[in-house]
Amino acid sequence: MVVEKPSLETVWGWLHAVPDPEIPVISLTDLGIIRDVQWQDDTLEVTVTPTYSGCPATTIINLDIETALRGHGIEKLALKRQLSPAWTSDWMTDAGRAKLESYGIAPPQPAGGPERCPRCKSTQLEKISQFGSTPCKAQWRCTDCLEPFDYFKCI
Amino acid sequence: MSTSQTEPNKGELFEFLCRMGDNTLVLGHRVSEWCGHAPVLEEDIALANTALDLIGQTTLWLDLAGKVEDAGRDADRLAFHRDVWDFRNLLLVEQPNGDFGQTIMRQFLFDAWHLSQLTALMESSDAQIAAIAEKSSKEATYHLERATDTVIGLGDGTDESHRRMQNALDLLWPYVGEMFVADAVDEAMVAAGIAPDPASLRPAYDTLVNDVFTAATLTKPQDDFGHRGGKSGKRHSEHLGHMLTQMQWLQRAYPDATW
Repeated sequence: MVVEKPSLETVWGWLHAVPDPEIPVISLTDLGIIRDVQWQDDTLEVTVTPTYSGCPATTIINLDIETALRGHGIEKLALKRQLSPAWTSDWMTDAGRAKLESYGIAPPQPAGGPERCPRCKSTQLEKISQFGSTPCKAQWRCTDCLEPFDYFKCI
Repeated sequence: MSTSQTEPNKGELFEFLCRMGDNTLVLGHRVSEWCGHAPVLEEDIALANTALDLIGQTTLWLDLAGKVEDAGRDADRLAFHRDVWDFRNLLLVEQPNGDFGQTIMRQFLFDAWHLSQLTALMESSDAQIAAIAEKSSKEATYHLERATDTVIGLGDGTDESHRRMQNALDLLWPYVGEMFVADAVDEAMVAAGIAPDPASLRPAYDTLVNDVFTAATLTKPQDDFGHRGGKSGKRHSEHLGHMLTQMQWLQRAYPDATW
């Protein structure tokens, strides 16, 4: 029996629809943690890189990928972990950055701090803490509208 | 690192990987003891996140150690089923949290060494070690930045915070020397191009900590005496055993219990 394998493009499309478990407004592909998708004979091999080595979302992410792909009929699946090159926030897509900001999280900036308040867009900002609600975020505050907000750290 | 390389034996490589993983495991557990107890909410979150990074790094190191050993032990098994004499962490990281100043000083003294060790390991002849170092170094950079800022802020702060930071430095300085003393395991790693000579990291370390202590108005103790015995496992302080009774109690009471 000949089984038609879905194209890699189709698989990327499916993965694009899998949300990040901690920040569901962006998808795993927006985050840039899916590094490769390949067919090895009849096994689909998906290479994933962790954002932070201790991020508890990592196991959930693998589970979500597996659930999504199995839901699309993929039977033979292998998830590979890749550490090098290490994930960088530069791999986040522009669409992902825009979605983060409209969700209220300032996207990562090469300058090392947020560009503007995600709510009122003021550039008058102060750092509250280098760490935030998840390993990937820091806490900042807008000194104009006085709202504290999460900043997605640049690493 | 080196061009003429000698393969290390499996035992030496396992030992080296346990040292890396036990440092992050023991310090990660110590720092996690602050969860819910830190002086302010932001610090509580910062400490918990630092602990999380360290425990994440531990999983990478000890999983690799288990693969090298090839005796069926994974990271969990190594973390929760070994006894105190099998741990290979530096004496510095097993020291109790003390007050917040002591915790931050311990973190700074460790992070300054950790980052330069990881940076050197990124050039390791062992690709898996280089990859773990590359991943971990990003987190360690962040840790060092925060520890540096906090040491300076508290050292050059109020009379009370200055006094506590100076006490912490006087207490912990004798645990710094151990990081830079090589033994047979280190020599085997250097010969194989796997890891740097510990002593080679000392000059940059001294420059960094001296600059930070100057900015923090803290005085480094004159005496360079260093306690040893943690990374070799020969003489841990009494604190490690007590810590393990907390860290390992579930696996001791219910061996192989899973989530």
